[in-house]
Amino acid sequence: MSSWPLLSVITFLPAFGALFAFLARGEMADENIKRLALLVTGLTFFLSLLLWFGFDYDTANFQFVEEYAWLGGNINYRMGIDGISLLFIILTTFLMPFCILASWDAIQHRVRDYVIAFLLLETLMLGVFSALDLVLFYLFFEGGLIPMFLIIGVWGGVRRNYAAYKFFLYTLLGSVLMLLAMIAMYLEAGTTSIPYMLQNSVFGADVQMWLWLAFFASFAVKMPMWPVHTWLPDAHVEAPTAGSVILAGVLLKMGGYGFLRFSIPMFPVASDYFTPLVLGLSAVAVIYTSLVALMQEDMKKLIAYSSVAHMGFVTIGLFVFNQQGIEGGIFQMLSHGIVSGALFLCVGVVYDRLHTRDIDRYGGLVNRMPGYALVFMVFTMASVGLPGTSGFVGEFLVLVGVFQVSTLIAVLAATGLILGAAYMLWLYRRVIFGELTKDDLKEMMDLSRREKIIFAPLIAVVMWMGIYPSSFLDVMHTSVENLIVQYDTALAAHELLASAPVTDGQTPDVEGAP
Amino acid sequence: MEFLSFSLALPEIMMAVGSMVLLMIGVYSKGDGLRTVSTLSVVLLFATAIAVVATHGGAPKTNFSGMVIVDGFGGFTKVLILIAAALAVIVSVDFLRRENLNRFEYPILIVLGTLGMLMMVSSNDLIALYLGIELQSLSLYVLAAISRDSARATEAGLKYFVLGALSSGMLLYGCSLIYGYTGATGFPEIAAAVGGAEDVSIGLLFGLVFLTAGLAFKVSAVPFHMWTPDVYEGAPTSVTAFFAVAPKIAAMALFVRAMFDQFPDIVGQWQQIVIFLSIASMGFGAFFALVQTNIKRLMAYSSIGHVGFALVGLAAGTEQGVESILIYLTIYLIMNVGAFALILSMRRGEGTTEDIADLAGLSRTRPGMAAALAVFMFSLAGIPPLAGFFGKFYVFVAAIDAGLIALSVIGVLTSVVGAYYYLRIVKLMYFDEASGDADVDPSRGVVIVASGSAIATVGFVVFANPIIRAAEQAASSLFL
Repeated sequence: MSSWPLLSVITFLPAFGALFAFLARGEMADENIKRLALLVTGLTFFLSLLLWFGFDYDTANFQFVEEYAWLGGNINYRMGIDGISLLFIILTTFLMPFCILASWDAIQHRVRDYVIAFLLLETLMLGVFSALDLVLFYLFFEGGLIPMFLIIGVWGGVRRNYAAYKFFLYTLLGSVLMLLAMIAMYLEAGTTSIPYMLQNSVFGADVQMWLWLAFFASFAVKMPMWPVHTWLPDAHVEAPTAGSVILAGVLLKMGGYGFLRFSIPMFPVASDYFTPLVLGLSAVAVIYTSLVALMQEDMKKLIAYSSVAHMGFVTIGLFVFNQQGIEGGIFQMLSHGIVSGALFLCVGVVYDRLHTRDIDRYGGLVNRMPGYALVFMVFTMASVGLPGTSGFVGEFLVLVGVFQVSTLIAVLAATGLILGAAYMLWLYRRVIFGELTKDDLKEMMDLSRREKIIFAPLIAVVMWMGIYPSSFLDVMHTSVENLIVQYDTALAAHELLASAPVTDGQTPDVEGAP
Repeated sequence: MEFLSFSLALPEIMMAVGSMVLLMIGVYSKGDGLRTVSTLSVVLLFATAIAVVATHGGAPKTNFSGMVIVDGFGGFTKVLILIAAALAVIVSVDFLRRENLNRFEYPILIVLGTLGMLMMVSSNDLIALYLGIELQSLSLYVLAAISRDSARATEAGLKYFVLGALSSGMLLYGCSLIYGYTGATGFPEIAAAVGGAEDVSIGLLFGLVFLTAGLAFKVSAVPFHMWTPDVYEGAPTSVTAFFAVAPKIAAMALFVRAMFDQFPDIVGQWQQIVIFLSIASMGFGAFFALVQTNIKRLMAYSSIGHVGFALVGLAAGTEQGVESILIYLTIYLIMNVGAFALILSMRRGEGTTEDIADLAGLSRTRPGMAAALAVFMFSLAGIPPLAGFFGKFYVFVAAIDAGLIALSVIGVLTSVVGAYYYLRIVKLMYFDEASGDADVDPSRGVVIVASGSAIATVGFVVFANPIIRAAEQAASSLFL
């Protein structure tokens, strides 16, 4: 495509913005820094749309590829995207401006540090989705911990120390094992190139098991899957609104992206072997965390648990290994990224006014805030999965996919949907409907212009995704198809390898998949 | 083989003559002896580094009848040592003045100790090895106790001296056993006499164990680490800043050379000792640092942990392992010099402070210094994309390549434990509110050194390749 490195420009533009924010001086510095951040994140979004426009839907190969020598020893700077990563990049760049807008008044102290942390975080997140080198991927994946640690710890709530530590150490513990697995892969393959590993099945079946487990340790924590999800409610509750949006919207997607990029295509035999484990954990997550969500008194915590349940849906979709399931899983991630981000913004709206997230402190808001009630309803419905919203498409596809594999898991997952409707609608009823009895609620103002500007595009996208999902599904279609074909071929080759010695008593010369 | 070549020994000669000249200048100068001598010694150290680069290229050459070896490995580590010593002098001057330690002997002792380190890393004979170690150690003993009126510093110096003498004794005993069972003191002759892995005599193994114990003491690997926290805490902070880096690099390099040059054919025999030292150091370093409240003690345990990680590379027993150690030491130098520069600028009221709690709220009062210290802490914890990550990465690449999976898993798990206490410092600086009149008041030298190493720590990810290539070349010279 274009000869200039568009992908790197998009990735590192926010970091350059952070550098400017660092250098800003003067009385108006805080205001100017916020404007700068909005400008930079907006520009990044428009540049990322160029990726979409220039994207070739008909190939599963990586596009916009860049490669430069870096550390030597076949560890190079490699960037590129395919149909799976493109939409995650768009999601990230799309959400960022809203995070800046949502923090406009909420963040009053240390604005400069805040903006720098967010812009650096954006660079690192974009890097995760566009890195095509193991070491580079790990740098971005792990580097994101630093700004997020600071965002939770500096601008967070009362128990922010605990939440920040828990977030950091949990994720680090999962990731270091992945690092060792990556080193083992590097030594086995002689390169850290992700495309190389995707195209050649390098790893034997026994090695795959260990590598898969090491990667699983990292992605399961990041996802988060039950039972290693406990850091998420704490982090969500204590993080500032924009931090929660990014956490739910983008950081959680890294786990699912990791499964798609590494675990499934690179270790197909192990993925097949461990499928019951993943499906079992996911089914537990869907039902258990939905029940836990029902009992929450804190709005953010409730949405956090619902995130875990939704992510359980995603892992079910990814690990049924058919077109509907995987596309549904990806779509569910995108949808959840926007919907849960928007829900956190909704919580942020009332939190900015009343400074509490306690559900019992609200009630009857519809009387004073009709606009807010409408917005909140749209996103509640999207979270529940009402047809016509983005949530429906993902859940439906996942259920279609899983039904072909296991009726039991499909039934359990569907139960989760009902519970999901229960806790979300109950939350909505308790906050929005009922008598307006509390005095301080009677003074509440409806959405300001800035808040309307934030929510309007989010609603539009949620409806667009629900009514015409093809514009998103078409992007990923070829890549997902290719993923499944490769997966099936690798499995078939492995079975041939395993069964051959029994039939003819000789070691066959089949060396993995073509 | 050169019988005697003065040009090959130019760096050491420059240092020896230079230190005597500096002594004269110090004695006869009127007024501010410390500043003049410090400036000149920094010049001398950098000039020597240039001389090292000039003399240490090409194929390995021996000198002084094979007593010393001049090769790329020695060249690389000597440059690191000289840079570490020069930076330590730069950050010390204002600190010493403030602490009323205005003595010109201080930089001269550093120069002499550094000379000992240069001799250590290029030793090719047990006698040269011991000579280097003793010159280095004696200078360091005096430095530890340079604050004569402070009971704490005197205690630290005495402890260091007694335990150091004990370790030298063990080392010497090991040397004598090795000599006794091989009949040689030169490394190549010993290597030839040891031969293959089949017939290692028990006496030689005893010698090897004692030699390893002595060297483990010098690098402060667990279980020979007990002196480290006490000496780090007791010595003046500027001395600690020097102790934490240059002698560690020298001892580590000597460790590598002593193992690979004397016992290249019985790697399996010493590998198990090194694996034990490594696991113990990483574990103890991480867990004991958790409960420290004094930042110098914390950094002492942190350095024990880092020695453990560097030993992972030695445990691999391969050329790649040596390369990873050199990369690790380079990064360790960058991070620690910067961190210590800031630590020795910590003030409370009129005096210095070493209490970690006094860092609270630093991000408000000194945003630049806090950011730099946070960078060092994240880097020491090994979080990418900072330099510290690459140190660990290459060490584990070597370890996994050598099949040491269990060691690697233990290593990364302890690094998670270690992350906790580094985060604690970040948390204090960024999450907590300032208390009282504690402050960090850096001198100009400190600002330059700290910001320089912070930029290097962040920028390593971009400019890593030349350093990695240089380490690769240096490591290969050990295996010619």
